[in-house]
Amino acid sequence: MTTPTAADPILELDRVWRVHGAGRTTVEALRDASLTVHAGELVAVMGPSGSGKSTLLTLAGGLDRPTEGAVRVLGQDLAGLRADGLAELRRRRMGYVFQDLNLLQGLTAAENVSLPLELDGTRPRAARKVAEAALARVGLGELVDRFPDDLSGGEQQRVAIARAVVGDRRLLLADEPTGALDSVKGEAVMRLLRDACEQGAGGVLVTHNAAHAAWADRVVFLRDGVIVDQAGPVAGPDTLLAPGTSAR
Amino acid sequence: MSTKLGLLALLGDAPTHGYQLKSDFEARTGGAWLLNVGQVYTTLQRLERDGLVAPSGQDGDERRVYAITDAGRQAIDAWFAEPVVASAPPRDELAIKVLVALAADQVDVTDVLQRQRTATLAQLQEYTRLQRQADPAAELPWVLLLDALILKAEAEVRWLDLCEARLRQRSLDDPTTAPEEARR
Repeated sequence: MTTPTAADPILELDRVWRVHGAGRTTVEALRDASLTVHAGELVAVMGPSGSGKSTLLTLAGGLDRPTEGAVRVLGQDLAGLRADGLAELRRRRMGYVFQDLNLLQGLTAAENVSLPLELDGTRPRAARKVAEAALARVGLGELVDRFPDDLSGGEQQRVAIARAVVGDRRLLLADEPTGALDSVKGEAVMRLLRDACEQGAGGVLVTHNAAHAAWADRVVFLRDGVIVDQAGPVAGPDTLLAPGTSAR
Repeated sequence: MSTKLGLLALLGDAPTHGYQLKSDFEARTGGAWLLNVGQVYTTLQRLERDGLVAPSGQDGDERRVYAITDAGRQAIDAWFAEPVVASAPPRDELAIKVLVALAADQVDVTDVLQRQRTATLAQLQEYTRLQRQADPAAELPWVLLLDALILKAEAEVRWLDLCEARLRQRSLDDPTTAPEEARR
């Protein structure tokens, strides 16, 4: 596998359609959607429920196949991969953060993070080292031996993020990752996702929360399976606040 | 009104001259509302006319120094004691635009909503970027101001979402009212 450079796209959705059913009961969950996410970039996907957000994330993660069009991760067309190749790509290169964290209660924070590495053949001691480093990056360096039950909601969320970015994962897929956290803790989670992307991953964040979407470099709007619009940060002094020099 | 009372409240801390007052005001409010010094002096004259401040000599550079009076202190106490309540819904251009678009046949409300959502989200991204770079320990007023702007923008996006959801519901209940997009 070649090492991608920063300019390479991490994820490409190329004119993707996902159609369920046939005939009169056809549902077009995604219609001709194209989206590219580069390394270092976090893209948020917003839209009403049923607009195709989850379908997009499921296709990006290789959990489902498009009816038409191509999904490429790190340049590889997922349709061209055999089941074991796809599983390997998903295990090594993709990380998931879901609202429902799926931490294993019988394992410590470090074990939760190192497990995917060990499943992938990394020796336990080496995996443990990498896991500890990932946990330290999310500010949990002191809590690596705690069990999920002994961690707060925010800390558990951090473990889930550490697990998603551990090793050489380059595509980060997040579905409402802040769950029920309050806004200050939710902001901390967004900060971690951003940091992970700034360190070279590409991220897709599905959310209905505008304040969280605003952490992304781009916001893509879906309606009825169609990408209807995109927002990027406004530039130019007319739209900026004018902070007084004395205050800053 | 709020600028006038804001300046008066700052004078409650210590007597000072107009230029210093301008700088203090800008620093305390996160630098979001810049004042021109002429405006500050005009305000001071009005406050003096109303008996809320009084001249209190000159500083070393012969600048006129003002001090708060007892009546001024009472006015400030009353200001802080009162919550800020708008007596009627403030005129809101966006709300007016959306409500009028609903009634106008030639306009697709959904498009109006989406254009606004994109613009507000872009603004929200910019506030969030500034927030991310700010240090809450060193720049608290600035951070709190950004919090306010972020929450207002977020509320606007949620309102737009709600408008769209209600429009959808209406077109499901009564297909004749459906916009082009939903009728396909």
